[in-house]
Amino acid sequence: MKWSFDILVVGAGPAGIAAAVTAARAGQHVGLVDDNPAPGGQIWRTGAHLPAAARQWQVRLDASSVVRLQGWRVFDCPEPGLVVAERNGAPWSRYTDAAINENHDCAELHCGALILATGARERFLPFPGWTLQNVMGAGGLDAMVRGGLPVAGKRVVVAGTGPLLLAVAAHLARRKANVAVICEQAPWSQLARFASHMFAEPAKLWQGVQYRMTLRRTRYLTGTWPIAALGRDRIEAVTLRQGGKQWDVDCDYLACGFHLVPNTELAELLGCRIENGFVVTDEVLQTSIPGIYCAGEPNGIGGVELSLLEGRIAALAASGSADIARSLARQRRRKLGFVRALEQACALDPRLRELPAQDTIVCRCEDVRHAALREHTGWREAKLHTRCGMGPCQGRICGPATEFLFNWRVGSVRPPLFPSSVASLVSPREPATGAEILAAANASPENSKETP
Amino acid sequence: MPETTRSIALTVNGVTVAVASGTTVAAAVLLAGQPTRRSVSGESRGPLCGMGICFECRVTIDGVPHQRSCQILCTPGIHVITNELAEDSGGSRIP
Repeated sequence: MKWSFDILVVGAGPAGIAAAVTAARAGQHVGLVDDNPAPGGQIWRTGAHLPAAARQWQVRLDASSVVRLQGWRVFDCPEPGLVVAERNGAPWSRYTDAAINENHDCAELHCGALILATGARERFLPFPGWTLQNVMGAGGLDAMVRGGLPVAGKRVVVAGTGPLLLAVAAHLARRKANVAVICEQAPWSQLARFASHMFAEPAKLWQGVQYRMTLRRTRYLTGTWPIAALGRDRIEAVTLRQGGKQWDVDCDYLACGFHLVPNTELAELLGCRIENGFVVTDEVLQTSIPGIYCAGEPNGIGGVELSLLEGRIAALAASGSADIARSLARQRRRKLGFVRALEQACALDPRLRELPAQDTIVCRCEDVRHAALREHTGWREAKLHTRCGMGPCQGRICGPATEFLFNWRVGSVRPPLFPSSVASLVSPREPATGAEILAAANASPENSKETP
Repeated sequence: MPETTRSIALTVNGVTVAVASGTTVAAAVLLAGQPTRRSVSGESRGPLCGMGICFECRVTIDGVPHQRSCQILCTPGIHVITNELAEDSGGSRIP
């Protein structure tokens, strides 16, 4: 299946939705490709009460001319202006616009400009027992609950670092979970500096206050982290440590995530410049490659409001309205202080490097243990000798962990970005003709239809 | 938003489970009390990231292996198989 768009947006979280809607309003023919069953990304995941902004943008998206490929995963970009995606979970998942042919599971998406809004994932750190069932990410458990997992009456420990912990704990408490304790690894002094910054962000401050009200009976401990999950197959208790003190807490779930890492794999595959783990852009969010823009968390972890603004800036710039984009970019600059403050607040305590024991699994796909990894000097060498990072997640979980544990530089992204079916990988790709390239560049809703 | 009624029936390893509409296959597997897969060294695993990144939740749905159950919604009558030995080859689909 072949489609042509003026602008293709990858990722339908806040940044991607804002980008797609803004570009469509600017008269562009826009495609929006996303791997989840519904738009909203992780933060606006359906299955729970959504904030007003989420509902507003959802209404705008529904009213727009944006062509939605929901439940599709981008796995390659074989040439400039061409992105290849595979349908997730075919043939049960049909979440796409009816306009998209139901009988295809692989799509060639041609585009004039590309906006990357690929979001972020949680950082996981290995500790003894972290591979037990019911030890999940903080956002991970939240997503499972929004996906229908009941937690009423279940005892949950929320741990790790970052503002996500409070948001998740508050949501779990509203779902009648018994949140035993929230453990933030950062010391109080580190958080206090961040809190002072929050006064410049009244909306965020108010949200924090609301979370705290929901959780008024829950203990919030700083400088505290889990050092072991205990249980046979499932977690039954967690050992926590605060300074020299350590104690066990019984629990049904441990929701543990150490802030977020950006999903930059697609940007890397496209050859966009990355610095310190984030995509480098100019003020209107164009990457080092002309025609490729980036919005949201891959530029720096800054939350929903900044992502929405960046989506709009990238879309305006990609639609040829650089002047308006630049005026919004001034607004963005004022918000970047929050990104830096958040990064400092979530800085990991170096003692977390001592979490894994010798036999603790670090790479969950290939069950590579800490002792096997620490004798290596770098990511590539470890991969070749131990298969670390060579399983289906392709190092997305163990990569960020080893960056922190061993100071390794994790890199070398290659297609396919995700394990893909052989049928998709070998699907014959005819070289685009001159007429097709022209059609892709000039595509409009009338003339872009599926080619047989 | 998931409804309170459990209106969708599916099977997990042959046992019928009823879930509310909007429930992911991963949540249905947990509701059935099953691990999603067995790791290469034999550990029973369940979902970790909930967002299609970690691949811990991959199961076989209607005979198609390696499906990330956290990103797929339950539909009536699907058959979900977990812990398949075939899954042990882990990265077999990576060229």
